[in-house]
Order: sequence, then structure tokens, then C-alpha cells
Amino acid sequence: MAAAAAAGPSPGSGPGDSPEGPEGEAPERRRKAHGMLKLYYGLSEGEAAGRPAGPDPLDPTDLNGAHFDPEVYLDKLRRECPLAQLMDSETDMVRQIRALDSDMQTLVYENYNKFISATDTIRKMKNDFRKMEDEMDRLATNMAVITDFSARISATLQDRHERITKLAGVHALLRKLQFLFELPSRLTKCVELGAYGQAVRYQGRAQAVLQQYQHLPSFRAIQDDCQVITARLAQQLRQRFREGGSGAPEQAECVELLLALGEPAEELCEEFLAHARGRLEKELRSLEAELGPSPPAPDVLEFTDHGGSGFVGGLCQVAAAYQELFAAQGPAGAEKLAAFARELGSRYFALVERRLAQEQGGGDNSLLVRALDRFHRRLRAPGALLAAAGLADAATEIVERVARERLGHHLQGLRAAFLGCLTDVRQALAAPRVAGKEGPGLAELLANVASSILSHIKASLAAVHLFTAKEVSFSNKPYFRGEFCSQGVREGLIVGFIHSMCQTAQSFCDSPGEKGGATPPALLLLLSRLCLDYETATISYILTLTDEQFLVQDQFPVTPVSTLCAEARETARRLLTHYVKVQGLVISQMLRKSVETRDWLSTLEPRNVRAVMKRVVEDTTAIDVQVGLLYEEGVRKAQSSDSSKRTFSVYSSSRQQGRYAPSYTPSAPMDTNLLSNIQKLFSERIDVFSPVEFNKVSVLTGIIKISLKTLLECVRLRTFGRFGLQQVQVDCHFLQLYLWRFVADEELVHLLLDEVVASAALRCPDPVPMEPSVVEVICERG
Amino acid sequence: MEDDAPVIYGLEFQARALTPQTAETDAIRFLVGTQSLKYDNQIHIIDFDDENNIINKNVLLHQAGEIWHISASPADRGVLATCYNRTSDSKVLTCAAVWRMPKELESGSHESPDDSSSTAQTLELLCHLDNTAHGNMACVVWEPMGDGKKIISLADNHILLWDSQESSSQAVLASSASLEGKGQLKFTSGRWSPHHNCTQVATANDTTLRGWDTRSMSQIYCIENAHGQLVRDLDFNPNKQYYLASCGDDCKVKFWDTRNVTEPVKTLEEHSHWVWNVRYNHSHDQLVLTGSSDSRVILSNMVSISSEPFGHLVDDDDISDQEDHRSEEKSKEPLQDNVIATYEEHEDSVYAVDWSSADPWLFASLSYDGRLVINRVPRALKYHILL
Repeated sequence: MAAAAAAGPSPGSGPGDSPEGPEGEAPERRRKAHGMLKLYYGLSEGEAAGRPAGPDPLDPTDLNGAHFDPEVYLDKLRRECPLAQLMDSETDMVRQIRALDSDMQTLVYENYNKFISATDTIRKMKNDFRKMEDEMDRLATNMAVITDFSARISATLQDRHERITKLAGVHALLRKLQFLFELPSRLTKCVELGAYGQAVRYQGRAQAVLQQYQHLPSFRAIQDDCQVITARLAQQLRQRFREGGSGAPEQAECVELLLALGEPAEELCEEFLAHARGRLEKELRSLEAELGPSPPAPDVLEFTDHGGSGFVGGLCQVAAAYQELFAAQGPAGAEKLAAFARELGSRYFALVERRLAQEQGGGDNSLLVRALDRFHRRLRAPGALLAAAGLADAATEIVERVARERLGHHLQGLRAAFLGCLTDVRQALAAPRVAGKEGPGLAELLANVASSILSHIKASLAAVHLFTAKEVSFSNKPYFRGEFCSQGVREGLIVGFIHSMCQTAQSFCDSPGEKGGATPPALLLLLSRLCLDYETATISYILTLTDEQFLVQDQFPVTPVSTLCAEARETARRLLTHYVKVQGLVISQMLRKSVETRDWLSTLEPRNVRAVMKRVVEDTTAIDVQVGLLYEEGVRKAQSSDSSKRTFSVYSSSRQQGRYAPSYTPSAPMDTNLLSNIQKLFSERIDVFSPVEFNKVSVLTGIIKISLKTLLECVRLRTFGRFGLQQVQVDCHFLQLYLWRFVADEELVHLLLDEVVASAALRCPDPVPMEPSVVEVICERG
Repeated sequence: MEDDAPVIYGLEFQARALTPQTAETDAIRFLVGTQSLKYDNQIHIIDFDDENNIINKNVLLHQAGEIWHISASPADRGVLATCYNRTSDSKVLTCAAVWRMPKELESGSHESPDDSSSTAQTLELLCHLDNTAHGNMACVVWEPMGDGKKIISLADNHILLWDSQESSSQAVLASSASLEGKGQLKFTSGRWSPHHNCTQVATANDTTLRGWDTRSMSQIYCIENAHGQLVRDLDFNPNKQYYLASCGDDCKVKFWDTRNVTEPVKTLEEHSHWVWNVRYNHSHDQLVLTGSSDSRVILSNMVSISSEPFGHLVDDDDISDQEDHRSEEKSKEPLQDNVIATYEEHEDSVYAVDWSSADPWLFASLSYDGRLVINRVPRALKYHILL
């Protein structure tokens, strides 16, 4: 039927339609029938037609549409199409109708045949059903009979079934009993075979029953047997446990079995720990042996590795096993374990510390840090397990202590390096002097010292910095983030070093043997410059470097840069002042000896400048060169540098005295005093050992002041003859000629030399000064 | 406080020698010896009238030569000893002699000063301390508590103990000792200790301090390298035995306990040039006076090593009149060693300073240009110490 329905519309669904209404009625009806069939078979119209659902299904002019309206269609045709086309449509429509009619006839015939065969089939089915009904009735009766029989059988068997059930029960019981009776032998066998686990399981199974029925004599016997065997078993287990060679896991197993046997946990716990102690102590002993005095001790990394894997690993195992086995013990058990771990841990720490102490002298920080890292990392695991024992804290403490000691070591190293530099400088200073050369490259030496110290500091910082590296397990501890950086490194190491450097330098100023001159003056000068350089740049550089490398985060007060700079400056000042004193003293001594040892009364008329004065000028020049190597020139008082102009005024006072001398009367003894006093009124007081500034002129001024003041004081202690006075005159003029160029204010030299000559004149019973021109001639010649 | 203003007196000549008139305990009197190569040297007897702030002077001629050192007898007001230069045929020799001043000047004459200048009187020579065998005399010291019979003099490297007899008209060399060693050893200064029954003398030569026992004339202690350079002077603490102060060319003043000669007890470094003189106050030994060739005189308060480290314990009620010292009183307890005052009245090197023997709050200093300055301890401090 479906095929017919499909075939129907497919050829005739063209646009060809008859204009007549009745002509169009037939397909419409067929269409309706089609539609219903289609609905019946669940097909949509479009699908059945097999063509695209192009036109609007509601279009009334669609011949195949569901809403086809012949009137409208015709109207449309008539209105739209010309006659020829209408004619064509009509013939086409007629032809189609004919074809449809013939199709319909064939269909009717076919369907008729099918209908007849269907009727036959139905009739046959009616017959069959009737037969089946009879069979069903028979089945029902049979089933009733079966039910009846079955009920009867079960009633018969009821009695037997109960007996069988009972028998099965008895059988089970008997098997259990048999197990019980066999238990002793089985246990024995198990024990003999060493299957302790099996034995303990058996025992565990039987225990309760035996306990329950122990009032029966036979069971009691069994129980007794079992107990004996169990006791033996326990003993064997203990034996094995005590022998203990088989390692922690097996021991743990033993303990587990013993516990299952109901041995007292307390005691086992003690014993377990005792055994563990034995093992761990062995580890410790081996560690100690490594540590021992035998020279090639393994390096510290290896040592901590051994310790970590041997001892700490063992401890971990013990702790884990313990916690598993004796969990039931509660806090008391945990406390015991903690105490155990604490005790052994402390011994381990003692060993590690001893080893680390051996390492203190060594220079390799990275190895140490790695070793510490491993040590610390290793101990964090049991630390979590044994929080109560505080091993992790103790380990951190050790690491901190080592870090602190390390810092101390580095500080020591820096100090030693500084002292070493100083020794080098001393040697360098001493060496060329032998060769007779003056001025070893002081600036060079200074640069060497400065760079060497700086590189040492940097090396130390780098070494110490390892402690705070990110990958190191302890670097995030609060100590290493805060105190270590600020108090340890910045304050302890760097600031401490700068302090000690200043102190070392200052100690040169206080050397008691001032006469011995243990410190070469050049060294003083160099140190002074070094300190000054530190003040101006190096300190702030070092501290910035430190602060950058170690991000100081905590609130500890730190020494500000300014304090250190002030200290360095003070040190530099003291050193320079001391330098001035020492050099001044050297020249003073020369002058003093020359004045004190000479017999000024019976000296001859001066022909030359005394050699010592030349020496003084030479030395002063040498000092000038030396200081010039390290210090800037400095400011000179602006003044005409024409020294010859002053020549006359230098001697003016002595000349005047010379002129006055013959006319001295007892009534006018005040004149000379008056003169010198008036002169003094207008000159400033000279501070002889005054602090110096950081420049060459100031240093030289200081030295010359000291020297000339000494000369003055020495002259005043002597008595001069006429020629003695003249000699002093010559000497002073010579000094005047050469010294003015070194000082800041040449007036000062004039003043002091004037005073020397004046004093000499006073100390002379017969003061006849030399003619200035003669003095000049002698000086120029000499 | 105009009372505290210094009193200045000018001498006509250069001067180095100054001493209080030790035996005089009522009047404030100093003796100054001048140095002049061309004229007759003088000894000025300077009386200070404390009430009127006036100086009276008497001049004695000392024709023997220029005076390098002067010391007064502790027993007899009229007796003094000088070391003086005697120049003879281009040789200078420093001699020492004991002199007696005219009777009427002993207790000071308060007559018109111009009167005395016209009629300069002369010293009467009692005796020479004969040093022809020993060399130049550096100084003469009297036995401090004694009857003025024993004198020590230092001549080059010899230490000579003299016994003066017949009211000092004759001096006999009782015993002597001398320094032996390489180089030219020369004593620069010496003091007689008032402790130990006056049996100890300390001397300075070069950088070394030495203690001597006068009974055996043997060395009892020796402080090597007491100063970096020459030691110029020393003094004994009058109230605290074993304590001794020294000063020298290294600009330092050091305090020593002679039982421990390795380290000074205390060091002061206030002067900027050689320190020529150091003197303990006779009564209040925390007051230490120093004079230096930087032309300054410094008065220091060395409480911590004095015999009265905490000051006198006196009730506060005793403070009677001076209101302005009450404020001072409050901050009394924690006394620190410090410099009390720096006196800058001198314009030349100060070679001698000394305390008055009569008034413990008064001292004199002498600079080379002949200026003598009399100063007092600041009144505030005086009351502080007393009350």
C-alpha cells in the first residue's frame, strides 16, 4: 500500500492542471486518502513525495498541496495564461487523468486479491485458537496435580531436613574442636617452621574460645598446652627480637606479633626502644669514628650525608614503626619516644657540632653550606614526626650557631687580611729604602691595599651570602631572613670590620715606643689616606653593597653610615696628626741634638750653613714629596712668594738689637722685652701641636711648626758667644730660604725664626749680629 | 667676680725660676729669679696682698749669675738655694749655692715699693754646694718636712745629698750616687717625697723616672720610657703616698703609682707643646697645675685619683652666705676629672708654676718674658671642694 501511495502522486504532480473543477476533484480526494495513509505510516508529506518542500504547502494553487482550491487554481489559470497555453494545459490534464484512471484500476485489482487471502488467514487462525484453548485447560489441571504432589513430598521430607541441618552444625563444631585439639601440634609445627605469623594468627583465633571454655577440663588442657607453646613462641620471638640483627622492619614485625600475643606493651616499648638505641648508637659510633683523630676525615658533606642516611634515617624508621606499633600507648608513649629521640638527637648534634667545629677553620663556605643544608633538610622529616622532640628546632639552632661562628671567622679573616696588607706595605716600604730610593709608589701601595681589602670584603660577603641562598632549606628561617642579615652580616661583619680597622689604625697612634718609631711614618700616612678614602666613598659603597645583597628586613637598629664615616674621619685625622708628630719629632731631635751638643760659646765665625740644617731641609723636602703622593696640595695663604723681600725684616729685630746693644744702659733694660712683646701683640698665638687638615700644606706646616718651636726652646736653654749667635743667624736664614714654600702661611716661618734669632741674641752676652749681606752670601754658597 | 681676675707683675728680665717661700705660711710670697747675661741678676720677693689685690716687691741682687733654679728652705724663711750659671773664659758652668736674704725682707717689707728698687740689697752667701767634680747643677731640693739641713742637688748624672751645718753656713757632701750608662746621662729634675719619713727622692733623666732611697742612695724604682720624650718635671702627691705626677716634651702629664711602673694611672694631654712644670696643690691634691711652652697654664681637677675622691662630706646646712653656689652644690656628687681652667695670660713659654705655700687657692706662673701671673682657683670650685 505504501508503494502505491508513493507511486501515485509522483508522476502526476506536475504543474499541469485541468481548468475544470470536476476534473480536479479526483486527485484532491486521492490526495486526502494519501495524506491519511501517510499519517498512518508516520511519514511526512514531503518525505513521501521525495522532493524538496519548495512551494508553500498552504498555497491554494498548488495541485499537490494539502489546501488546493480548484476554483482559485482555475481562476488563476484563466487570468494568467494565454489561450494556447490553456489548451496545452487542458490536453495535458486529460492525459494525466486517463493515466490515473488506469492506475487506479490496477490497484483495485491487486488489493482485492490481497483482501481475499487475508480473509482466509483469519479463518484459519480462528480454528487454531480453538485447539489451543483445550490444551491450556489440560495444562491447568496438570499443574494442580503437580502442586499437590509437591506439597505432599515436602511434608514427608520435613523431618529429615531438620536432622541434616543439625548434623551439619555438629560437623562444623566438630571441625572447630578438631582445630582446637590440633592447635597445640599445629602451633608447634608453625613454631618449628618459623611461621610465627601463622602461629600468632592461630593462637589469636583460639584464644577467645579457650578463654570461654576453660572450665572444661579437656579445654583447659588444650589451653595449657597452647599457653606453653605460646610462651615458647613468645620466647622465640623475643629471642629473635633481641638478637635483633635483622633490621628494623623485622623487629617491628616481631614486636607486632608479640603485641598480638598480648605481651605487655610497656615492656615491649622499652625493649623496642632499647634495641633501636643500640642500632642508632652504632651509627653514632661509626660517625664518631669518622670524626676521630685519624687525619683523612671525610669532608663535611660526606659526613652529614652519612649522618643523615644512617642516623637520621634510622631514627625516622624507628619513629615510624613506633608510632605504628604503640599508637595505643597514648601521650605517654609519644612522650617516651620524644625523650628517646631527644637524647639520641642531642648526641648526634654533639657529633655534628664537633665535626662542624673542625670545619670552622676551613675556607670553603659552599661545601659547608651544602652540608648544613643537607643536615637541616634531613632533620625536617623526623622533625615533623617527632615535633615534641624539637629536633628541627635544635637543628636550626645548630645551623644558626654555625652561621654565627662563620661570620666570626670571616671577620677574623678580614682582620687578618688587613693586617697582612699592612705587613706587605711595611715590607714594601722597607725594601726600596735599602736600595736607596725614596718614595716607593705610595699611591700604588694605597691602591693595592684598598683594592685588596675590598676584594676580601666582597669575597667574604659572597661566601656569607650562600647562607641566604633561596635553595638552601634554612634560608627562610626568621633568623636568616632578619637577624643574620642585619645584625650578623651588616653589623657583625662589615661594621665590625670597619671598627676594627679604625682601631687597628688608631693603635698605631698610641704606640708607646714613640722614640723607637716602630711604625714607619709612611705607613701612618698611607693609613690615614686609606681611612679618609673610606670616609669619603668606600664605607657607603660597602654598606650599600651589603644592604643590596642582604635585604635587611628587620627592625634592629643599625649603625648609620654617618657614624662610621665620622669614625673613619677621626681615625684619619688622628693618624695624620700622629704622622705630623712623628715626623716633627724626627726633625726636632736632629735640631735639638745639634743645639745641645755644640759648644756655642767657643764656636768659630760661621763660614757655612751647618750640615744639620741642610739635612732638615732635605728631610722636609722628602716629607713633602711623600705627603704629596697621597694628599692634595691644599690652600696656601695668598701672599707674595718673594722670600727675599722678607730677608731684611727677619733680621730687623736682631739688627735693631745690634744697634741698640752699645747704647744699652741699666736704665733701659725693658727695651728688648718691650720690642718682642709688642711684636707678639700683633702676631697670633701659634698652636704648635694643633690638629691638621687633610692636605699637604697643612701637614708640612704642622711639621715645620713643631721643628722650629723645638729649635726655639733649645736655643733658649743655651748661652751663645758672638759667633754662636751668628751661626744661628745663618742657619735660620737658610731655613727661611727653603722652608717658606712648604707652609700655608709663610709669615709663620718668619715669626718663629725671628723668635729663634731674637732668643739667641738674648742668650748672648756679646750680641754682634752678622751683616745680612754676609749671611745671604753664606747661605747662597752653602 | 673681680676677685678672680689675675694679677700680673712684670719683671725686667727673662726669668725661669719661681718658688713659693716655703717656710712662710701666713703671707703669700713668691721668689723669682731672673736670667740676664748682661746685667746683674735679681731675685724678686713678691708679696701678694690678698685683701687689696696688690703686689709688693723687693729686689735682691744675685750677682753670681743668671738663675736657672730656685728653691726655698722649708725651715728658715730667710734661706734659699739657687742654681746659677757662671761664665768664665768661654765656659759655662752651672753652680749651686745657699743664700740668706737680709733679715728685714724675710717677713716681707710693706714699705713703699719704689724705695726698695733704688736700694737693691744683696744676698748673703751661706755656702757653695761644691760641684767642681760633678758638673752642672740642674736643681736643688730641700728635705720637705725637715729642719732645712738636708739638701739634694742634681748635677749632670750625679745625685748629691748635702748636710748643711752651722745654720747652713757650711755644706758637707753626705753621700752621693750616680747614673751609669751609655750616652750622656743628665738629670733634668728631681723632687723629694714628703712620705716615708722623707727618705725618698725621685729624679728624671731623659725619658726615665727613678726613685732613690736617701739612706742608702740606691735606686728603688725606675719607670723606663715614662714619657715619649724628655721628662721635664715631676711632683709627689702630698697626701697620697706612691702617687707621682710627671710631665714632658710629649705634651703629656702622666700620673703614676710607683708600685706599678709599667702603666701610668692616668694621662692628660691638654697642652699643645712641651709641659715644663707640674705641681700638686699642697692641701687638695685633686688640683694639679701645669705650665707649658704653649704659653698656657692649665689647672686640672683629678678627682678620681686624688686622696679625696668623693669630696668632703659636709652637711648642706653649713652653706651660709653664697647663694650663687647653691646651684653648684646640687651637681656635686659625680665629680669627673676635667680641666678646670686654662689660663692664657702669658705670651711666652711658661717655664714655672707653683702654688702658694700660705693660701692653697692661689698660685703663680712665670713666663720667659718675665711676666708673673698670680691666679686663684675659681671660687665656685673652691666652695665645691670645701663644702
